[in-house]
Amino acid sequence: MKANVVIIGGGISGVAIAYNLAKKGMKDIVVFDDNYMTGGATGRCGAGVRQQWGTKGNCILAKMSVDFFERAQEELAYHRDIEFKQEGYLIIATNEEEDARFTKNVELQNSVGIPSRKLTKEEALEIVPHLNEKIFVSATYCPTDGHLNPFLMTDAYYHAAKRMGVLFFYHEKVIDIVVKNHKIEKVITEKREVKTSRVVNAAGGFAKEVGDMAGVDIPVYSENHQILVTEPTEKIQGPMVISFAKNIYCQQVPHGSFIMGRSDPNVEHNHDIKSTHQFLDEMAQTAVDILPPLGDLRVIRQWGGSYNCSPDRQPILGDTEQLEGYYLACGFSGHGFMFAPMTGLLLSEVILNEETTIDLAEFHINRFKRKSKTEYEHSVV
Amino acid sequence: MKQDDIMVCRCEDVSLKELHQCLDEGYTTFEEVKRILRIGMGPCQGITCGLLVQREIAKYLNLPVHEVKTHQIRPLVTGVKLKTIVEGVKNES
Repeated sequence: MKANVVIIGGGISGVAIAYNLAKKGMKDIVVFDDNYMTGGATGRCGAGVRQQWGTKGNCILAKMSVDFFERAQEELAYHRDIEFKQEGYLIIATNEEEDARFTKNVELQNSVGIPSRKLTKEEALEIVPHLNEKIFVSATYCPTDGHLNPFLMTDAYYHAAKRMGVLFFYHEKVIDIVVKNHKIEKVITEKREVKTSRVVNAAGGFAKEVGDMAGVDIPVYSENHQILVTEPTEKIQGPMVISFAKNIYCQQVPHGSFIMGRSDPNVEHNHDIKSTHQFLDEMAQTAVDILPPLGDLRVIRQWGGSYNCSPDRQPILGDTEQLEGYYLACGFSGHGFMFAPMTGLLLSEVILNEETTIDLAEFHINRFKRKSKTEYEHSVV
Repeated sequence: MKQDDIMVCRCEDVSLKELHQCLDEGYTTFEEVKRILRIGMGPCQGITCGLLVQREIAKYLNLPVHEVKTHQIRPLVTGVKLKTIVEGVKNES
């Protein structure tokens, strides 16, 4: 078997890259994934889409991705509803330090066209009346942030790419990438060998290992982040509510359930995705503290998934000097789902040697070599 | 009885017809149909529909039922209110 490009990872990034390449006319695109579709990080994410970031790069990726999500249903001609709901993200500031930082963030966001704004406590309570008023001083709000169904968004890209001839092999693990004389020769899976000179690493939680296969060193690691979901209830909350200090994100999805997650600062760096009692206990306490009426909802399920983290919590996108024909779409640090439309577009441009829509310097793996590198994304749960 | 009158998943109102459409699209594992249709994502967590889906997949793929993987069981075993968990934590400490 021969391919123009082999994409490793059929999660949201992989399907978006495949779709964009096929749309630009590339033939013989092959995608491998060792699991079922959305069995990895994509299907385990919090289903949120936000533009309120603290670095300019992330703001631009997010804004342009939301622009795509707004037309995705139509452009991808998908036969199910991708459940894109734009009812905003409300980010609460719990102290003066956060309040000052968020003021700067909003200025940055506005400068690239994101319609976010600072809210007083009273204004925030009008949008989410059941917020515990004692625990915050102010908030920021962006009405065009929202929710999107990760399974169906991936499926929408998948169907559109498939119609254009992309070959998908789920449940088929890549076991090696053969490199000779600094060039990619072939990709070997459990079932076949594919001759190719180009490989895209969109392997999510396993990006490091897929780099090692080709001798490409990528400064990323994976860590477990847990989530729980409640039974569905009548609609009481429009936006996703986030607090970085209190360590929570929580939204009511269109289906009626509440999805919420928080991170564990002491989590080990590995591929563990198990659920723990500790998470359940801490999540319940945090949720009931911040959004008291949620105490009456029953938790019906919890799960874990990998954040693939980069040193500055911004994605790693583009090619690499380490190996010709090897492309990176990893290190999303928990936000690969919401950036996927731009991941797909930018990677397709890099692979086809086109001028990129935005400057990729801030996302290129070479940024970690620069001593002056100071950008760091603080707005992460 | 028409297939869209037969409910496979009572929690999420998924009909036998929808399940068959999903199988026709090429999604033939419980994990996939769960994510596309929400089968098994409701309060019963697949206790009711799990076997029905397994049997339909077996029929569709012409396999013995025991060769079709059942769904991944995740905690909790039963629904528990968030405030009950909070009280539980308080009582422990």
